[in-house]
Order: sequence, then C-alpha cells, then structure tokens
Amino acid sequence: MPDTTSMPLIHARELTKRFGTFTAVDSIDFDVARGESFGFLGPNGAGKTSTMRMIGSVSPITAGTLRVMGMDPATEGPLIRARVGVVPQQDTLDNELTVRENLVIYGRYFGLARAEIGRRADELLEFAQLSERANDQVEPLSGGMKRRLTIARSLINEPELLLLDEPTTGLDPQARHLLWDRLYRLKQRGVTLVLTTHYMDEAEQLCDRLVVMDKARIVAEGSPRELIERYSTREVAELRFAPGVAEGLDGRLEGIAQRVEHLPDRVLLYADDGEAAASAVHQRGLKPETVLVRRSSLEDVFLRLTGRSLIE
Amino acid sequence: MIALPRTNSTVGRVFEHRFLQYRRTFRSSIFSSFLSPALFLTAMGLGLGSYVSSSAATSLGGVSYLAFLAPGLLAATAMQSASFEATFPIMGGLVWNKIFHAMYATPISPRDIALGNLAWIAARLAFIATVFTAVIVLFGAAASPLVVLAIPAAVLTGLAFAAPIAAFAATQRTPDRFSNIFRFGITPLFLFSGTFFPLTSLPAFLQPLAWLTPLYHGVALTRGLSLGTIVNDPAFALVHLVALLAFIGAGTWALLVTMERRLVRG
Repeated sequence: MPDTTSMPLIHARELTKRFGTFTAVDSIDFDVARGESFGFLGPNGAGKTSTMRMIGSVSPITAGTLRVMGMDPATEGPLIRARVGVVPQQDTLDNELTVRENLVIYGRYFGLARAEIGRRADELLEFAQLSERANDQVEPLSGGMKRRLTIARSLINEPELLLLDEPTTGLDPQARHLLWDRLYRLKQRGVTLVLTTHYMDEAEQLCDRLVVMDKARIVAEGSPRELIERYSTREVAELRFAPGVAEGLDGRLEGIAQRVEHLPDRVLLYADDGEAAASAVHQRGLKPETVLVRRSSLEDVFLRLTGRSLIE
Repeated sequence: MIALPRTNSTVGRVFEHRFLQYRRTFRSSIFSSFLSPALFLTAMGLGLGSYVSSSAATSLGGVSYLAFLAPGLLAATAMQSASFEATFPIMGGLVWNKIFHAMYATPISPRDIALGNLAWIAARLAFIATVFTAVIVLFGAAASPLVVLAIPAAVLTGLAFAAPIAAFAATQRTPDRFSNIFRFGITPLFLFSGTFFPLTSLPAFLQPLAWLTPLYHGVALTRGLSLGTIVNDPAFALVHLVALLAFIGAGTWALLVTMERRLVRG
C-alpha cells in the first residue's frame, strides 16, 4: 500500500485521449492535492469531460500517466471507483424508482450493507433538502431537485474525491446558489472537489485552483486571482459609443490602457485604474455614451485565452 | 411487497436493481403470466384443436392438438418475453435514463451489467415458464412428469434469443430497428418453427432453415419433455440442447463486447 497522504490525489503527466484520429485531450499535465477544490474551465469540446471520464476510471487513457489516489485506472478501476463520487453532466437517475430508492440501490452498487445505506440515505436526504420528497417518484422533481439528488447519490459511498461535470448547467439562480452552498460544505469537510464548468462565477466561487483548457490542451493554470493578475488587469472600463463613432476611433485610445479591445458594441479598456482610464478618454475629447468601470473577472481571462469567436 | 434477494456479488447487485424496478408491476405481471397461456390454450388448443385432432391425429404423433400445441406455445412465449426484455430495457439503460452509465461509475463493471441483466431475464423466464407449465398441467395437456423439465428448457430457449438480441440492443441509439426484429424475426419464427404444426408440413427446402433458429430446438425440447417422447431419442435431445447453449454462449460473448464498447465510449 503506497503512502497516499503525501502524494497528490490525482497525478497526470502527458495525459492523452484519442478517439480514432480525433484528439480529445492532448498531453496535459496537472496535479490535484487532497482537500483541494480544482476546476477545469473551457469552451465546449475543449476536452474537459474526456479528462473527467479518465479520472473517473471509465474511459481508458490513450497515452501518458494517470494516477488516482495512487492507483492506476487501467488495472484498479473498480477500486478507484469505489472511493470516488461522480456527478455526470446529465442526470442518470432511475425515474421508475423513488427518491430514496435511488439512493438505496446506488449504495448497493458499492456493496454497502442495507442498514448502513439506510442511515446514510436519511442524512443525505437531509443534506440535499429532499427529506420531504423521499418517497416520491423522481420524474416530476424540478431540475434543481434532481441535481441535488444526483449529488446526494454521489456521496452515498462517502467518497474522498467528488467529480462534478458541469454541476449547475441549466439551473435557475436560486438552485445554483443552493448547490454551491452544499458543495462548499463538502469542501469544508475535506472532500476533494474536481469540477468542470463554463460559468466563471462558479469557478470563482468554488475553485482554489483551476486550469483553462482550449482545443484539448491546458492553456493556463493558477488560482482565480493569479489568473486575473497574469492575464488581465485589476479593472476594466467598458465604453459604449454612439453608432458610427466607434469605427472612427482608430488609434485615439492608444496609451490610455494596458490593452484595448474593440468589440462590435463596445470598447474595453484593460487598466489597473479604470476610473483614471475613463477620465483620460474624456480628456482626449471623446464622449462615450456610457462608461462602466468594473473589476476584472475570470471571464476576461477566459475570453482572452480561448478567444471570442464561437468555435463548435 | 416481497423481500429483496441478498447477495453481494457485483453481478447480483445489477440483478437487484432490475428486481427493485419490477416490484412495482409484480402483481399485474402474475395475473397476465397466468391469463395469457390460459386464453391461448382455450382458444387454440380446445377450440381450434377440436377440429384439428379429429382429422390429423396421426401426423401429430397420435396426441391431441392441445397436447401438441401447449409445449410449443411455452417455448414461443419464452422467446417473445425474452426478446422484449432484451431490447427496450437494455437500450433504455444506455440511452434513455442512462442508469447503466450510473452503475459503471461505481465498482460495477460493464461485464457485471451484461451478466446481471441476463440473469434477470433468466429469472423472469423461469417465473413465466413455471406459471405456463402449471397451466399446461391444469389443462391436462401434459403426458409425462418430465414436463417439469420443460421449464428450464423454456428458459434456455428464451436466453438463446435474449443474449444475441441484447448484444444488438446495446449498439442502438434509438428503438427504430427493434420493430424489424419482431416483424421479420420473432413473428415468423413464432408461426413457422413447429409451434402450431409439425415442420414436415412445410415445403422441403424450408425445413433445414428451421435448424438455424433457436425456437425450433426449443420447441423440440419442450414438446419432447411434455409428451415424454424425449426418452425415445435422447441423442437428438442432446443436439437440441447443445444448439441452444451455442446460441446462448455466442450471444453472451457478443453482449459482453458490445456493452463494454458502449459504456467505455460514453
């Protein structure tokens, strides 16, 4: 038995996944420490889900090295899966069973004893705020409830590592905030969270550290704050000009900010002092219709790294 | 409510899931398992049979049409039930509610999912065949106590269909092609595999084709056991048994391959 306390919970080197000639994950390196909350950010098709499926030991790696809790998914898949919880992108609940039965049968897949499952199921129903719906069918539940049940289900084996693939996609704001709260509690209990998302606010809320993936590769890594410092400025001034004015601005905003980005409907000035940049614009005699100065966000980093054009 | 079976093998846990689903429809299913053979044997065996037996008793081997038909219907019913259980629930678990993917995220392997589902189908068939055989005995249509062994023979007949059909179902993303299985496979076999009339009534060139279908072998076994004629030619019975086992073996191997491929691919 290797000493797993000092080594990373997940260790990947030159990890690669190919489907025929298509490369879904192209030689990526990362480590996730125990107790950490780690995110994969990226546009659709960047390779996030393929990476998650390899970590979850349901999809064999094509090349490179992958260790999960010190074990090799190729030879010890069932042992790894016994200690991991998985929240897939789409709910995979059994609609023919009740809420509670979904938890119970899932516990049975792990070979847990019935009495133990019963105890854990009650706790998890409480945790997921579903106790009152315990004996209802799954089918009529709201999207948020189904998502909470899926998360409760993934915890039935008391996993050390929880894999969440786009946990809040498609939920309304209330449901998302409730889910974030539950995930934050898990993190405080020491559960290692690995999640994929394309919501920047979700990444900023939940992740200690994250990597940005684009076209099967990792293009940046760090904490949300580090990434903003490295790839963006402290603030952003968003300027909106009257129609036609923006086209004639060529060069007139030069030197005002560290970076100027022209979008179809606005101009973004990336500067550490957004107010100063905005007043410099006025001093040059330009009159934007609206000025919004805001803090730089992960979204600015994301768009800078993965581009603004939609690639599908 | 019936208690869940207690087992801790990984295959057993997959079986347990199917059992939990089935508990909801258990009562209605007992009723239909009994009613369907009773209706068929009354209409075809007694009703239609009263015309058949008086004119063609010798070609049926000297038994009543009811006694001839009943074990054939047992095998054909096993085929139909097994084919249904091997199509929609298998594809559904992979495509509709994706519960097989949910299972695969746990220590359960694709192999466990394949074998657990086949085990469930075998259990369903055993139940259906037992009720059916009881109805045969109640109708006085069994000529030998060996009829009890028609139950496992019917289970094997069903599995000879379930395994290869499940292997196919695990490759599908929609149920569109399932109707072809029933239209061009199950229904013709139901009619032309010796269930309703001896194969010797068919044109000579068609008769060897029957050998290639599991139902022909299944009907030969259940009928031989129900009428007791199997003891006259045990070697032939062995050939039928081996044929069924070959279909089950090849089908199971194919299912292990397609299930694994599908779940690993995602």
